[in-house]
Amino acid sequence: MRVYVGGVGLTKVDEHWERTLTELMAEAGLSALESAGLQSVDAVVVSNVFAESLQEQVNLGAYFAEVLGLRGVSCLRVEAGGASGLAAVYSAASSIVSGLNKAVLVVGAEKMSDATAEEAVALSSMEEPAEYIASLGVSQLAEAALIYKEYLIRYGLEQEDVAYFPVLGHEHAQTAPHAQYQFKISVDTVMNSPYVAEPLRRFDTTSPADGAAAVLLLSEELARKLDSPKAVLKGFGMASDYLSPFDREDPVEMRSINFAAQRALEMAGLSRGSIDFVEVHDSYSFMAPLSLEAMGFAEKGYACHDARKGRWSLSGETPLNTFGGLKGRGNPVGASNIYSLAEAYLQVTGNAEKNQVDGAKAGLIQAVAGLGSYAAAVIIEEVG
Amino acid sequence: MSKPASYWRLRPFVYRLEGSRCVKCGHFHPLVRKVCRRCGSKNLERDRLPATGILRHFTVVSQAQQGMEKNTPFIVAWVEMDDGSKVVAQMTDCEPEDLKPAMKVETVVRKIKVDGESRLIFYGIKFRPSA
Ligand SMILES: [Zn+2]
Repeated sequence: MRVYVGGVGLTKVDEHWERTLTELMAEAGLSALESAGLQSVDAVVVSNVFAESLQEQVNLGAYFAEVLGLRGVSCLRVEAGGASGLAAVYSAASSIVSGLNKAVLVVGAEKMSDATAEEAVALSSMEEPAEYIASLGVSQLAEAALIYKEYLIRYGLEQEDVAYFPVLGHEHAQTAPHAQYQFKISVDTVMNSPYVAEPLRRFDTTSPADGAAAVLLLSEELARKLDSPKAVLKGFGMASDYLSPFDREDPVEMRSINFAAQRALEMAGLSRGSIDFVEVHDSYSFMAPLSLEAMGFAEKGYACHDARKGRWSLSGETPLNTFGGLKGRGNPVGASNIYSLAEAYLQVTGNAEKNQVDGAKAGLIQAVAGLGSYAAAVIIEEVG
Repeated sequence: MSKPASYWRLRPFVYRLEGSRCVKCGHFHPLVRKVCRRCGSKNLERDRLPATGILRHFTVVSQAQQGMEKNTPFIVAWVEMDDGSKVVAQMTDCEPEDLKPAMKVETVVRKIKVDGESRLIFYGIKFRPSA
């Protein structure tokens, strides 16, 4: 049995000082329902990571149903760090495949602007083992910097090579109406930004962002009855790894990402060559090339060289992060993967407007929790 | 992890690098484990990491972090311990220019952070260049 996407809803990613988490969720959710012409669903799933820390709110599933005007539906909230969104989609899709539900609305929502910069560093570190990483005063940012350093040395790369990825993210975001940063930057912008943990600079990381995105998942039977543009979720791949990269044999080797992509491609019955665009989790700049290499879209150490040749641009061979990714569109943590999936839906249904990838039939969306402790990949395809 | 009781439970590792070592494959895990994450063996015994190792890489963290606002910037190191385990911790008693990859380092217990509300001070191991 297949799972279809029948509508999406996106709020602009921004620092929404005036708007609450539930207001953002409602806007995205209602817009997804409206785009499919549906009034109600069997279940709602919320992807969110930090609401108990930042908004002192749990029980988000029922709250989301309430703000949508729904009562008596099944609901839950999913947390799997940075991969929460795709984990939520996996959960919702499973319930459709099992026959439990026919229509499930998945929303990803996060309000990071309620945290100070100092708190944000501590929050992202909660994806790492608190018992022996944070307790020694080590943040995920510091771990990321150490992995970045090893990546540069191992493959003989310069920071300028990796800086191409934030530049690409901003380039693609400039025409994305829902993106946080709709302006271009240059390699110099990245290289002139201050270090946060060398070799990581300010522009190698993402900034606090608020936003909500929703995708409506449908059974085949229901999808056939609705008039909205549809896409099919053809492949799912999920894989865990040890929480701290330094407990793995090789911290630079992201095998969870490799497994996730491999499994999703196998399930979809597609080769890498038939994937028309890729959305990767560039929570830190170097995670983009590292992910492309781990998934086999580039040779180890070569994703940056491919970048220079234009391979990942919108008009390139394998367009990457077509609406800017986490860097350009923004990274409202629990919502980020849902934005990526919604953007991929716009691509394969031919509704990506200025960001449209010519002939986009199949796309791969990848998400990562922490520094590879959990990776997810979903393959979306046009409905022929 | 800044509640006094939860931090108290971590003392064996954060003060002494104690944990569970797999008798079958030798892999070390911080604190208490029931199953070896590498080989699946349930034969684990309490052990302690060696107090010395080799510096692999370090980073100077300039972005302030909650609880450590007052001691930013600070150095975080990736150290290969003498048994092959990897430990990531802060460096102390040195300047970045004193550090070179592959140099010998050793552990020492120092102040890690101050909790914002309770003003409790948390201690744990850091690395310093070996004498
Ligand atoms: Zn073992």
